[in-house]
Amino acid sequence: MDYEVVIGLEVHAELATKTKIYCGCSTEFGGDPNTHCCPVCTGMPGALPVLNKKVVEYAVKAGLAMNCEIARDSKQDRKNYFYPDLPKAYQISQFDMPLCENGHVEIEVDGQKKNIGITRIHIEEDAGKLNHDQYGGGALVDLNRACVPLIEIVSEPDIRSAEEAKAYVEKLKSILEYLEVSDCKMQEGSLRADVNLSIRKKGETKFGTRTETKNLNSFRSIVRAIEFEIERQIEAVENGEEIYQETRRWDDDRGIGYAMRTKENADDYRYFPEPDLSLIKLSEDYINNLKDNLPEMPDSRKARYVSELGLPEYDATIITASKKMADFFEGALTVCSNAKSISNWLMGDFTRLLGEKEMEIENVPFSAQDLGELVNLIDSGKISSAIAKKVFEEMFESGKQPKVIVEEKGLVQISDEGAIKEIVLKVLENNPQSIADFKAGKDKALGFLVGQAMKESRGKANPQMLNKMFLEELNK
Amino acid sequence: MNLFDLTIHELREKLEKREITSVQLTKCYLDRIKEVDEKTKAYVTVCGEYALNRAKEIDEKYAKGEKLGPLAGIPIAIKDNICTKGIKTTCSSKMLENFIPPYNATVIEKLNAEDAIILGKLNMDEFAMGASNERSAFFKTKNPWNLNKVPGGSSGGSASCVGANLATATLGSDTGGSIRQPASFCGVVGLKPTYGRVSRYGLVAFASSLDQIGPLTKDVTDSAIMLNAISGKDNMDTTSANVEVKDYTKALINDVKGLKIGVPKEYMGEGISEDVKDAINKAIEVYKSLGATVEECSIPVTKYALPAYYIISGAEASSNLGRFDGIRYGYRTKNYSTLSDIYRNSRSEGFGEEVKRRILTGTYVLSSGYYDAYYKKAQKVRTKVINEYKEMFEKYDVILTPVSPTTAYDLNSKVNNPVEMYLADICTVSVNIAGVPAISVPCGFGKDNMPIGMQLIGKHFDEETILRAAYTYEQNTNWHTMKADI
Repeated sequence: MDYEVVIGLEVHAELATKTKIYCGCSTEFGGDPNTHCCPVCTGMPGALPVLNKKVVEYAVKAGLAMNCEIARDSKQDRKNYFYPDLPKAYQISQFDMPLCENGHVEIEVDGQKKNIGITRIHIEEDAGKLNHDQYGGGALVDLNRACVPLIEIVSEPDIRSAEEAKAYVEKLKSILEYLEVSDCKMQEGSLRADVNLSIRKKGETKFGTRTETKNLNSFRSIVRAIEFEIERQIEAVENGEEIYQETRRWDDDRGIGYAMRTKENADDYRYFPEPDLSLIKLSEDYINNLKDNLPEMPDSRKARYVSELGLPEYDATIITASKKMADFFEGALTVCSNAKSISNWLMGDFTRLLGEKEMEIENVPFSAQDLGELVNLIDSGKISSAIAKKVFEEMFESGKQPKVIVEEKGLVQISDEGAIKEIVLKVLENNPQSIADFKAGKDKALGFLVGQAMKESRGKANPQMLNKMFLEELNK
Repeated sequence: MNLFDLTIHELREKLEKREITSVQLTKCYLDRIKEVDEKTKAYVTVCGEYALNRAKEIDEKYAKGEKLGPLAGIPIAIKDNICTKGIKTTCSSKMLENFIPPYNATVIEKLNAEDAIILGKLNMDEFAMGASNERSAFFKTKNPWNLNKVPGGSSGGSASCVGANLATATLGSDTGGSIRQPASFCGVVGLKPTYGRVSRYGLVAFASSLDQIGPLTKDVTDSAIMLNAISGKDNMDTTSANVEVKDYTKALINDVKGLKIGVPKEYMGEGISEDVKDAINKAIEVYKSLGATVEECSIPVTKYALPAYYIISGAEASSNLGRFDGIRYGYRTKNYSTLSDIYRNSRSEGFGEEVKRRILTGTYVLSSGYYDAYYKKAQKVRTKVINEYKEMFEKYDVILTPVSPTTAYDLNSKVNNPVEMYLADICTVSVNIAGVPAISVPCGFGKDNMPIGMQLIGKHFDEETILRAAYTYEQNTNWHTMKADI
């Protein structure tokens, strides 16, 4: 039997404002427990919230970049429930009048483009954190994160596979990064997703019963949790079992999902309008001003890289997925015009070394211009590609400029005709068999000889010149 | 004459002339509290040492000839739901019995900036839910006019305190009549300002969209002085209004000629006692004799204001009181093994009966499936009430009504009949629903020799007109000079 998977995502992104959404406390990650706190974010009796205007600005920017309609009148509501990390016993969120509605973003999977609808984007406050098990199995509450601003981005049930879900979250992440409204640091929990998933038989128009897997905070866990849940639901249906509407958790270490609670028993959040805050009213001017000043978005940068720089579509997609990568790319371009070569370096060794060193782009010890200079050194024949790889690794280690590394280690390419000839003659003398092979028509012998010459020069000989001179000598 | 009989404006003059010192005045009150508060039981906390130290500081300022504010050196007491840094703020609840706030409410900051002296904290119905002070978790405050009678509520401690001369003035809070009704029961002046006139920051919330802090005083002049001190936009309270604060003492003009007063028939009909009707009718005659025009009018939607009030205030309270969960501060049960035990038992043991009743009804009206029938409908009624008041104020400058259908009743006589007590809020709740200002002014006595109050209601942010009407009445009658013999 063929099944279709229907997925909708709720993505929470922490906004990168300096202060919290309803008080003046710092939003900085970390810090000793309960040090970024005041009467407001600890829910003291009598304390009142005051909305941080930057939060509205950042959320509206996200809405505009995701093609949403922006509400002129928007309301904040209380979502009531008890949990020790929620100091007021209600979360201030938005219920029926969110800031942004009816948007979409475009994703691409296997060359297929597709729009994913955005139902709404609303603002809300984060909860605190429980630190378990430090003191005899109890839990201690840290309210540093309480009241940190979030946006929740709710998609339409337009997603049909784990790959599409991944591409969608990647797209959101890249838009939010381009806007500089969120750090999107998944390992710090500043971007996390809830997955609503159901299956139905192909051709069916009615949705199946959906489950919600909460709090996925890496691309890997999103993909694995979806794949797990698809398999689980198909198996259940095949066995004639019923799918329950329930909230589920994903255990990434064990690679399994499990039911947390069923929706039937779920809390009734008793939403009602937050009486401590007035309506958020936005003027046309305010919205237009934000719209006019939106930075360039990934799709537009990508198009520019293809049309103006002649990058292949594939390269442009990868380079522009992350704003930091694209900015690095453009930084290198300020000193070097070989866009394709820079792109190769970024997609290849650069990405590989970042991964190996578990490093973020902003922590790379050399500048984008240094990468441009490295490419220039190759293009001008000063060093070979093989040497350049070594230089590049050294740049990651020491942060030194490529020119300095080349000079210090004497890695300049040998392009002097006399020196090259000397090497060529020596190699020919030591390999009479290869000469015979070549004369017998075996072209491969030339490659072998050039390789020997490179070895002899410890990689520094100019390979084009070697090639040329070997041919001259062999054809004499 | 005793110092504690005097008003703010009288005492302030004596302080300025150095006829008395603030320390002397504070001691006089502390002595009187020692003597009288055993009987009336208005204070939950008396901060004698703190008050005397403050008085010394202020006397030094006077001695240096510094220019001081209108409240400098005046002893004032505060309802126990207004946060005072370093001083227990209990809301008269077991839940907050030992709670010491780490911050001051904005009104406290303002009183401190004016060099007022805070004498202590006053008893109330638990979390301001109640109309008789019998809902305090600690003890019942008595009416200074008759110790067998209730002082009213929820600001019963604040009214009893002024009525018994245990502070020159007090602050209370009013959600559905909680300043005006006890003021009327205790024969003092009580003002509920326009919603948004006074910052709520630091007032422990009961119903956020209705709560408002206001003064209880010996006369109308003191009410204006207190309002001057506490009013104004506060950046810590989004619902405080950015509307110009006038000098309200300038509104104290002894003249109501041409003033148009409306008397809604709905508040003078069935359920209002004859004593109260008589007193109100006599007050109407006084206004007429002074050149005001008084007319009967009608606010028909008003009968729905009461149920709407209990739905909205309950809904907001059920959410506002969620934070008292035994986790971070306040009462925690000793009897728990799971998290839900902590919640259930702390709240079951920490809250009193009336608070639990309101939380339960509030939770019910917000529950899915009931929200539209109750909460949403109540909000529609609210819009109608606002509109009817708007229409009334196109015709009238002031609306005059009783404050309470009866005078203060006997202790323990109604406590087992919550619905009857709720119905007694009929004259006051629509004012909070509409968000307009109203003042309660003494206007006579019942056959039981208990005080009666009249309510003067004004337009949004027009406290001036009701203060002027109240002041003129006061200048032409002598009810405010009558003191409880205690």
